[in-house]
Amino acid sequence: MTRTARLWSLVGLAGFILLPWYMVPGGFLSFGWMADPAGEGASGLTSVLEGRFWLSGPGLALLAALAAGSLLKDAQARAKAWVICGIAGLALLAAQGLLILGTGPRLAMLGDAAQPGMGLGAFVTALALLFVTTTGISARGQGRGDAFVTGLVGLIVALVGVFVFYPMAFILIRAFELKGGAGFGVSEFLPRFLSSETWSLACLAGGWCGPAINSLALALATGLGTTLLGLSFALIFTRTDFAAKKLLRVLTILPIITPPFVIGLALILLFGRAGTITEFLHWAFGMEKTRWLYGFWGVWLAQMLSFTPIAFLVLIGVVEGISPSMEEASQTLDADRWQTFRRVSLPLMRPGLANAFLLGFIESLADFGNPLVLGGNFNVLSTEIYFAIVGTVADPAKAAILSMILLAMTLGAFLVQRRWLGRKSYATVTGKADNGQHASLNPGLKWACYATALPWAAFTLVLYALIVFGSFVKLWGYNHSFTLAHYKQAFAISFRNGVHFTGAAWDSYFSTLGIAAISAPLTAMVGLATAYLLVRQKFAGKDAFEFSTMLSFAIPGTVIGVAYVMAFNFPPIELTGTAIILILVFVFRNMPVGVRGGIAAMSQLDKSLDEASIMLGANSFTTLRRVILPLLGPAILAAITYSFVRAITSVSAVIFLVSARHNMATSFIVGRVENNEFGIAIAYSTVLIVTMLAAILALQAVIGRRRLRRSDRVAA
Amino acid sequence: MTKGSVRFENVTKRYGEVTALKPLTLDIQPGTLCTLLGPSGCGKTTTLRLIAGLESASEGRILIGGQDVTHLSATYRRVSMVFQSYALFPHMTVLENVAYGLSVKRMPKAEMAQRAEAGLEMVGLKGFGARLPSELSGGQQQRVAVARAIVLEPEVLLLDEPLSNLDAKLRRHVREEIRQIQQRLGLTAVYVTHDQEEAMAVSDRIIVMKNAEIAQEGTPHDLYERPASAFIADFIGDANLLDVEVTESGAATRLRLLGQDYALPLASTAKGPAKLVLRPHQVRLSAGPVPGGIPAEVSYAAYLGNSIQYTLATPAGEVFAILPPSAHPFAKGDSVVLTWQPEDVRLVAA
Repeated sequence: MTRTARLWSLVGLAGFILLPWYMVPGGFLSFGWMADPAGEGASGLTSVLEGRFWLSGPGLALLAALAAGSLLKDAQARAKAWVICGIAGLALLAAQGLLILGTGPRLAMLGDAAQPGMGLGAFVTALALLFVTTTGISARGQGRGDAFVTGLVGLIVALVGVFVFYPMAFILIRAFELKGGAGFGVSEFLPRFLSSETWSLACLAGGWCGPAINSLALALATGLGTTLLGLSFALIFTRTDFAAKKLLRVLTILPIITPPFVIGLALILLFGRAGTITEFLHWAFGMEKTRWLYGFWGVWLAQMLSFTPIAFLVLIGVVEGISPSMEEASQTLDADRWQTFRRVSLPLMRPGLANAFLLGFIESLADFGNPLVLGGNFNVLSTEIYFAIVGTVADPAKAAILSMILLAMTLGAFLVQRRWLGRKSYATVTGKADNGQHASLNPGLKWACYATALPWAAFTLVLYALIVFGSFVKLWGYNHSFTLAHYKQAFAISFRNGVHFTGAAWDSYFSTLGIAAISAPLTAMVGLATAYLLVRQKFAGKDAFEFSTMLSFAIPGTVIGVAYVMAFNFPPIELTGTAIILILVFVFRNMPVGVRGGIAAMSQLDKSLDEASIMLGANSFTTLRRVILPLLGPAILAAITYSFVRAITSVSAVIFLVSARHNMATSFIVGRVENNEFGIAIAYSTVLIVTMLAAILALQAVIGRRRLRRSDRVAA
Repeated sequence: MTKGSVRFENVTKRYGEVTALKPLTLDIQPGTLCTLLGPSGCGKTTTLRLIAGLESASEGRILIGGQDVTHLSATYRRVSMVFQSYALFPHMTVLENVAYGLSVKRMPKAEMAQRAEAGLEMVGLKGFGARLPSELSGGQQQRVAVARAIVLEPEVLLLDEPLSNLDAKLRRHVREEIRQIQQRLGLTAVYVTHDQEEAMAVSDRIIVMKNAEIAQEGTPHDLYERPASAFIADFIGDANLLDVEVTESGAATRLRLLGQDYALPLASTAKGPAKLVLRPHQVRLSAGPVPGGIPAEVSYAAYLGNSIQYTLATPAGEVFAILPPSAHPFAKGDSVVLTWQPEDVRLVAA
């Protein structure tokens, strides 16, 4: 314990003395700052000596913590000193950052002090202060005296605080802004929150409903639909002898690796007024060409295509995790296969089903790409928020209020799910190995699954064939002659004097892949670590902790994008225009998926497995690494896959955060679509899809399947 | 204090409002097997988990081998545990399971493999190392769990109802094995069970717990021969408890039961109501009248081969008796007279 605290004090002091305190213009890895130790490369210590006295607080706090570790003899007094030093240091660090900005201080008494955004030195110092605090807390007996656990809790709380709550605070303050820049107040808040424009039910009478009602109806329909379809796929996959399971798996993955507007685009090519199927039905049966696609049903269809695979990924882990002996037990109790399914297997799947529904519901609420392309007059909250910010009449207060409505809905869904699940124990993978066979489905259910899932799979297949086909034709719907021009324009390579990536898309392609590859494992790590703390550890304030991690789930991408721009555009944390801000937005946008998946998977692992590892002399970290993580194979795969793909396909948050240096594929494609260059947009999308497919298959091969039973057999 | 001793000084455990353990003080001697015995919810598992470090004490001190471990996390206590569910890691082979604790300590590979093999051999599972836990029977899995715990050479071995998932025949066999290994290695072991026969069979000392505190502790012999309360008398070996009135206390005791006077060759402390402890196999039955005998009627008789079990209706209540088989057993409905040897019975507080 003393060693841990001393180590962190020293790391922090090293950061304070050696590393550049402020953001370095060329980026840390350029190492240009090394040549300029007094200017842009100035460390915390150098800056203090140069007159920025307010930076001395964090350094002194670290020094005090180090001294306390060596001088104080009583263990409890030492622990108390660490906590006090750590918290004081963090408070001083935050206070100076928030009070003294780039343009000058917020308080007149500080004169004309000014400073740029914090950099690596400040980051290392803050991290060290945090871990000194948490080590002190654990030395006082919290978290069963486990410094790793308290450190992890502290780290995640700090990260969520700085990268979710801090930017959201900027948005929420705006909700209380008075019209016409008359300052802030509560008088206009409630009327705007409950305005009939937002909550209108006029569509029941033939008009247009408010965006809140639209969002809610759409989310319910999408959540239910994706859960049922996902369950169908999961059951076919695990409980039948269906021949083409591999193909099915690939097919269900396809829609998530597709940028959302691409599905919308393909749907328009099929079902739009000039779509292939619409034309065919008109020609064959004389059916009227309508604009039915542009509205609720079109958006719903696109969301079903986009989000069913998420439900599938959640449910397959759950369905596989059900102990076969439970189903065998039921069958020996004279239950037939249908009764076994309905009364044993299905209740055991409840946490998975609830998670799948919750994911679908919230994804639908936050979805931005599909409503944007297909919504027409069907307004939902996420697009309304977007237009309130970038529209002709920018109204940040309205955006803030709409996002609070959205937040209320997603949190409501979360609470309902918790109540429904109750407190039953669903642990079915225990330390006692069992060796039975999964019950196969009864014929009725089996054919019901086939009847829903297989046509859907075929539909998906057609859609993708169309996208690929579209990328090779000159102009869809008019000139269907073969061409490679779109690919050449985007991905040309010239071999004159070495290899040159001359295509227009290469820049954004490489930066997209790089950023996605960095953020995906980070997301999975943060998400699973949070799930581990929530399921396996007891600590004070756990409910609040869980609530705060869920909160980041409930924030739609458009809102978080704007929040990031507003919060991180000036010191103390100035990140706009960097790749870091893109990585951060992906990690904290997608982290809840890792959390939910981790919770579902981890609550099926018996707690005695962890305890056995601890009793054998492993610490929490080793237990996590060698026992829990290997047993969480599918959940980790799902988390990494999902966050990698989301980073590549995400539009809503990214569109605000890209810069000339770090352009992303989706914003590039949206730009082409806006210029009506559909060919290059579809060609680029095809390349992205193929890239992601390759990455997913590679990941799956590397991480592999968990080996718990002799084989996953299905009884005939 | 010597290596392997366990000492609790006024240790309590509370979960919010619920008290799982009232102030508990206990001493477990090195090299002994001590059993925590009691009905479910009595605090025995909480006590075990406190020794393990899986729970932290609300108050008091815990010492292992003379060292204060109250605030030491489970990782750093030299204590191993065999779990009720075995908790074998399903993704590791048997050998990897056994070697896990050694590999965590970064032992060289060769030595690790050798010691893990030796551990498997000790529990009679040599050659099973390459299998997965799911490919073993319940008894074999249980023995892997024991091997995994003992290869670390812990100061204290904890066993949490280790036999409850095994069938009865295997249970006797495995408990003998556990006892032999414990004695061969001279380990201190703390054993939790709710089965009194199991406790009697393996223990040097038994701590009987009830309602989050110790009801009585001692050797199996102590508990059986000198029960401190009606609860212990009934819990450790069956007992018939008959209401009596002590009329003379001191070095020699006299008591009244159903209007008759009896003399007992044992000391008692107080006059007044008490309970007479009459073990089932100490009951004597005869057909004819006997002085001092209690009339009874056979309400149920079961022939078990090596014994006959009777349930008897008497004016003092129902009495359960186990008698050796005889050529002329009583049948249901027979009238009999019940007696006992004065030196066999015990008195406990009412």
